Amino acid sequence: MIKVTIDGRDIEVKEETTILNAARELGIKIPTLCYSEFLEPYAVCRICLCEVVRGKRSRLVTACNYPLRDASVSILTNSARVRNLRKLNLELLLAQAPAAKIVQDLAAEYGVTKTRFPIKNPDEKCILCGLCVQVCENLVGAGAIGFSSRGSKREVSTPWGVEPETCILCGACAHFCPTGHIVMTEEADERILHSELTLGPNAAISIPFRQAIPNVPRIDVEHCIHFKTGGCELCSKVCPKDCIDYQMKDEIEDIDVGAIVVATGFQDFDPTPLKQYGYGKYANVLSSIEFEQMNNAASPTGGAIVLENGEEPRSVAILHCIGSRDENNHKYCSRVCCMYALKFAHLIKEKTTAEVYQLYIDMRAFGKGYEEFYHRLLEEGVNVIRGKGAEIAPIGGKFGEEGLLVRCEDTLISKFREIPVDMVVLCTALEARDDSADLARKLNISKGADGWFIEAHPKLAPVSTTTDGVFLAGVCQGPKDIPDAVAQGTAAAGQAMKLMTVGELFLDAAYAAITDEICSGCRICNGLCPYNAISFLEDKKVSEVNAAMCKACGTCAAACPSGAITARHFTDDQIYAQIEAIFA
Amino acid sequence: MPKPKLAVYWAASCGGCDIAILDIEDKILAVADFFDLCLWPCAADFKYADVRAMDDKSITLTLFNGAIRNSENYEIARLLRGKSVVLAAFGSCATEGGIPGLANLTGKEAILDYVYIKSPSTVNPDKIYPQPRCKVPEGEIYIPEMWNTVRALHQVIDVDYIIPGCPPQSDQIAAVVGAVIDILSTGKPLPPKGTVLGASEKSCCDECPRKRDVKKITKFRRPFEGPTDPDICLMEQGLVCLGPATRSGCGAKCVSAGMPCRGCYSLPANVRDQGAKMVSALASVVDSTDPTEIDRIIATIPDPVGTFYRFSLAESFLRRKQA
Repeated sequence: MIKVTIDGRDIEVKEETTILNAARELGIKIPTLCYSEFLEPYAVCRICLCEVVRGKRSRLVTACNYPLRDASVSILTNSARVRNLRKLNLELLLAQAPAAKIVQDLAAEYGVTKTRFPIKNPDEKCILCGLCVQVCENLVGAGAIGFSSRGSKREVSTPWGVEPETCILCGACAHFCPTGHIVMTEEADERILHSELTLGPNAAISIPFRQAIPNVPRIDVEHCIHFKTGGCELCSKVCPKDCIDYQMKDEIEDIDVGAIVVATGFQDFDPTPLKQYGYGKYANVLSSIEFEQMNNAASPTGGAIVLENGEEPRSVAILHCIGSRDENNHKYCSRVCCMYALKFAHLIKEKTTAEVYQLYIDMRAFGKGYEEFYHRLLEEGVNVIRGKGAEIAPIGGKFGEEGLLVRCEDTLISKFREIPVDMVVLCTALEARDDSADLARKLNISKGADGWFIEAHPKLAPVSTTTDGVFLAGVCQGPKDIPDAVAQGTAAAGQAMKLMTVGELFLDAAYAAITDEICSGCRICNGLCPYNAISFLEDKKVSEVNAAMCKACGTCAAACPSGAITARHFTDDQIYAQIEAIFA
Repeated sequence: MPKPKLAVYWAASCGGCDIAILDIEDKILAVADFFDLCLWPCAADFKYADVRAMDDKSITLTLFNGAIRNSENYEIARLLRGKSVVLAAFGSCATEGGIPGLANLTGKEAILDYVYIKSPSTVNPDKIYPQPRCKVPEGEIYIPEMWNTVRALHQVIDVDYIIPGCPPQSDQIAAVVGAVIDILSTGKPLPPKGTVLGASEKSCCDECPRKRDVKKITKFRRPFEGPTDPDICLMEQGLVCLGPATRSGCGAKCVSAGMPCRGCYSLPANVRDQGAKMVSALASVVDSTDPTEIDRIIATIPDPVGTFYRFSLAESFLRRKQA
């Protein structure tokens, strides 16, 4: 450690510390343009000039790359000599890059408003600091840009001025450019759909969403510079705990478990095929999840309810039962929409002055406190119309091109109505995930006609499945609201705990058994068992039923052509005896 | 001490069973040595009157082949039952109705109508049908009356043992006959009544040399529709093989030669209806969940009754076509 004096203040720093860093530690501001803490100082903008005084001698150095080595120096960062020279530098920079805001601002700070030197290009912003070139070469590792020509013709460009193959479009050059000379532009005019907006940050390393568990960042390999060029590694440079590991790979782990709780939830019904609602056609027709996202404080609108043009809506229609209670789509009630639709209305009332129209078939406010909430909303002045929204059309004409017309039948007054609104929220159905069939097959559990997993018994075993040790929780078993999902999840966890505490299973006495003396190993039964309980013994050339996995469905017993499989407690003899008893 | 008496009879049968007995080669000499042959219409000229004149239970063993198709079959079956100590249903027709049993898919009138009137090779302008009784100058003569329904032997009389097969394999016949001679000469106890002789408890697959795997059938085909892989289960190759629903004992001769099992060795011990079992088994391995596709696959099986009940129709749950 050495002791130095900066502007009359003493500080103890490590040897080789630059003047800039030592000054920053003291809170002394030295202006910089070409400096970045992530790169080797290039000392080309000369704005950070300081005076190093050793005894009676003083010399000018650049603070960004001057290392402190002995204690006998004192540094002056803002002396008259330094300020004069900075002014001169700023005049020169103003001549080079008259359009660069940061240079103008800094010059103004030093009282420089004009330059005495000839201006080549009044729109120029580049100060030729080379930060971009250094970033591209040393940090990103792409080497897509560099300096070309010399002297007064020096400029930053791509090789031969053509689009470089090595550029990965990471935008690091634009990010580091101190003057805004380099900007990223989109060439194709692609419209961002509501559903493409994500909540929270979307850098290549980020925590995927705010409530993520575990709440740690992950690298998006597809967009990370390091995984394209092998360079960058900025995140590991700034991580104080050394947590970043680029070697980590996706791993598929086999975990032995005693119980499985299926809580795979649902997917949102896609309203696009329902052309009458114009979803995807009219910008201000949103699905409920998109509206929910917009309301999130971390959303692109910061939680404000706005139209596509950024203005506040004057009126909003909320259409219930889009895809639910619908003969052509899902016949079931999605159960959560009525209440979140009321919540939406409340949010709109709270955040805007818009009129809200609720178009419902039946208001299903069945839960605890729900009916009260409904009444509160009525008192807040929400317009409720009993009738399903039939069609959404553009208003056009004198009402403006942006507005929408909601057509419906108000069944309480037996009138067809047309309601002009600015925004429409479609309360889309909850539906079973597309891949639920795969999961059902893997776990040997059943799916109903509506796609939801089926519980072992609707009343007596609501969280169990036909496969022992597999339990259901939440919407994957059927639409339910948060209190119900939490209750079911807790019950499922309890059932799983029960299994684990006991440590052994009691089996039903009814299961299929194969008589070795009769089985000839034809293997017809092998592919039939829905519970994978049948295996073929190669050595004995017979098939075998694992009694612990058998659910006594009888499929194999019915199929066994040689009568080697007996469905215990449902043997042929027993069934014939029953038939005989019936006809006796 | 007189030799034990042996009777071999054919009812509605093709004669193949009798040939199979002769096929035991030199062992037939031991049979002739040990037994006193009292009835074998196929081989020698015996008279029913002589049998009628015998004392009850004077025939030690009767091998009865053929189904019960007419009044004569029935009459002789009852006669032999009374005269025999041990009576065995011999071959598929006696055991379960056999090929003649497929006649139950029609009826007596339809059969006579076709044979005496409609068949292309028949010229019968006067529509003369065979009559059970007929007056001729010499007096009234009789022929046996044809029944409307073909029956298996056990459906009309009490049967002690069953020797399945169409025909029973000669080595199995030789073994059975050898065992009978052994029992009779040593006084060992007889096997329990109802025992299936000359076959095992397992199915034909047990003797089948082909490699078997999990079955998924997308199309059924018939043997003439191209060659089969010699080492793989025929059913996996789409052939309707009744092997899994048929007793073993035949030595898996057909399947070894590339022909699917026709099911002649009768139904396995725990099965009550061979055809229904086989339909149930095959339906389970049709590889589709689409009803139209399943219908299409099933439609590729020609003549389902003749395939699944080729030998067992008469004694199956179906028995016959309903009038």
